[in-house]
Amino acid sequence: MHFENRKFNFVHSSKKFLIASLLITIIGIVAVAFRGLNYGIDFSAGTSMDISATKVFSKEEIEQFITGEQFGDYTLTVSENRSTIRFKEALTEAQEKQIKSDFATKFDPNASFEVNIVDPEIAKEQENSALIGMAIACIGIVLYVSVRFEWRFAISAIISLVYNAFFVIALFSIFQFEVNLPFILAVLTIIGYSINDTVVIFDRIRENLRFTKIKTNADLDALVNKSLWQTLSRSINTVITVLIASICLFIFGSSAIKLFSLAMIFGLISGVYSSIFIASQIWLYFKKKQPLKKVAVKAPNAS
Amino acid sequence: MNRLTTFVLIVVVAFAVMGATTPSLLNNTNLGLDLKGGVEILYEAEPIIEGGVVTKQALTQTAASLEKRANKGGAGEPEITTEGKDRIRLKIAINTGETEQEREEALNKIRDLMKRPAELQFRSASGCEDGSYCKIEMYGSDFKEGSAGIQYDELNRPVVRIEVKDKSLLAEVSARLIGQRLAIFLDDELKSDPVVQTALTDGTAVISGQGSRAEAQSLADVINLGALPLKLSEKYTQTVGATLGKQSLQDTLFAGVLASVLILIFMIVFYRLPGVIACFCLIIFVWLLLGIFLLMGATLTLPGIAAFVLGIGIAVDSNIIQAERIRDEIRSGKSIASSLRAGAKNSFRAIIDAHITTLIAAAVLFFMGQGVVKSFAIVLMASIIANILTNVYLPRVFLSMLIKSGRFNKPSLYGVKESEIHAL
Repeated sequence: MHFENRKFNFVHSSKKFLIASLLITIIGIVAVAFRGLNYGIDFSAGTSMDISATKVFSKEEIEQFITGEQFGDYTLTVSENRSTIRFKEALTEAQEKQIKSDFATKFDPNASFEVNIVDPEIAKEQENSALIGMAIACIGIVLYVSVRFEWRFAISAIISLVYNAFFVIALFSIFQFEVNLPFILAVLTIIGYSINDTVVIFDRIRENLRFTKIKTNADLDALVNKSLWQTLSRSINTVITVLIASICLFIFGSSAIKLFSLAMIFGLISGVYSSIFIASQIWLYFKKKQPLKKVAVKAPNAS
Repeated sequence: MNRLTTFVLIVVVAFAVMGATTPSLLNNTNLGLDLKGGVEILYEAEPIIEGGVVTKQALTQTAASLEKRANKGGAGEPEITTEGKDRIRLKIAINTGETEQEREEALNKIRDLMKRPAELQFRSASGCEDGSYCKIEMYGSDFKEGSAGIQYDELNRPVVRIEVKDKSLLAEVSARLIGQRLAIFLDDELKSDPVVQTALTDGTAVISGQGSRAEAQSLADVINLGALPLKLSEKYTQTVGATLGKQSLQDTLFAGVLASVLILIFMIVFYRLPGVIACFCLIIFVWLLLGIFLLMGATLTLPGIAAFVLGIGIAVDSNIIQAERIRDEIRSGKSIASSLRAGAKNSFRAIIDAHITTLIAAAVLFFMGQGVVKSFAIVLMASIIANILTNVYLPRVFLSMLIKSGRFNKPSLYGVKESEIHAL
């Protein structure tokens, strides 16, 4: 155990990290409260129209064209030969056809369109079912972890999981990136992933508990530190590989999954952080409250 | 046989099988509309008659009639499902037309066709010069909703019995048309043209001449559908141009392949022999996953590809957990063979726990979600199952084969330096 002294002591610095996490959370709450989330049409209704033209047009040209169509408020982003228009209103079928045929006659008969129209009623419904889905997923995971481990692990895991999901939501609020259905998919995947990470670490802690005699709180600290170090290279390498995938999708993938990939990138990094600096530390906090004698006696008997 | 030879043989055979089957696997994979172009529309159905209700029966009949219309309109493989109590989801791929504009027009035509309520008409040929049924005598809404049913006549042949709302109308029409044919049209399509036998004064009519019970039932369904027409309004639509869809597919596939190659290189550089084995297992995993898709008849969408790439991430994780654990065991001074045994055993629990938690999240998505969310969840669940099959047991089997061959006993092959090994 000589190497413990040379390596970074996670437990020793845990207070700083917990305070930092708390600060981040507060900043996030403020951001979400004041800036809110930039809901995409999936949750706020409206029309999103992606036009991929075979020629390049200036932003002014397209702007003039859409203003001329008079379909209400819109936002426009133009990149090379691809433009995205977002209308506040859910366009009717006739309006959709009109804008397509007008664009074809005025600019480019071979333009390819992707149009999404979401009715307010459906938007509300999708938002609700997304929230309920997230809640149920969390409950399912907590129950599983409680059964496989113990309640302390489950509570710590859920706190870090909620932090993690919130971190990504807060970043999307700060940068005002669009929140749409793929974003929800990303948050759920992040929850799945960060719980993976947490479970692997907890599994190691549990295993080490079986083979270590715990007499003092310091022993417990050392055990958590040791477990974190043992799983660290796995945690980092796993994140690197999934990051490689997410970054590739973000840079080269279709624009429809760009935000999904971006949310994944944020979530993956915060996931490792929260497993190490939040989940394990909170577990340690709970464990120290438990009478020491019990800690030593009560060894989980898995496998 | 030598274990090394066995292993090499397995690799060669596996690659041969995969090489031979992958092209057809890829060609037969169903692509979602976002990847090949098409339209997906979620309709909400409302009764045309005020105060009417949308019954389950009316909804399924409307869906069935939409499917017929789409087929007639030349749409390839329309996919029409009912959802909830008043919704119909329609998916149609665009596969006609040379230019983007032509495809757009074909699509518009089908969309127009879809939204018309099913219209039932009773027509006669009276006054028609060319002998066609040109005079509309009655509409579907003249009949009592859901009143069409099957009876058997005295010779035990199935007949359709219908009831009208207004007795005098039927009496007038039938009296005028005795001996002539009264044709039943749904969406301008002739369903049946029975001859009127007598004047019908009690408000019910019987249509005979149906060959089988099934035929009679389908006519009764047609009439009930026409008597209860539903108006459809679009609540959610996604249309993707064919060119844009193909571009999305290419971009995302490129990203996926690039990511996979980078991950494989990373694994080999970092984990050496277990990394190479992991790569081999990952390739089998991707192949197996494609096969599972095909067997399930699942449709691959853009979010599905994203889930696919994440599936690769999860698979890599299993390999990393195992390889890391084996390394730890080697460092602790165990022999390579017992390090493998201990490493595989100790990492198994963590891997399974991690998989199950992800599976829980995926299952929730599957049951809660619709559309893109559902297809994402299906891919995620399939990949977890494929992963347990190929990346939990398989690397262990292959590694133990190689280790037992006695040629791979150097710790450096596992990314462990001699100096890191503690004395036992």
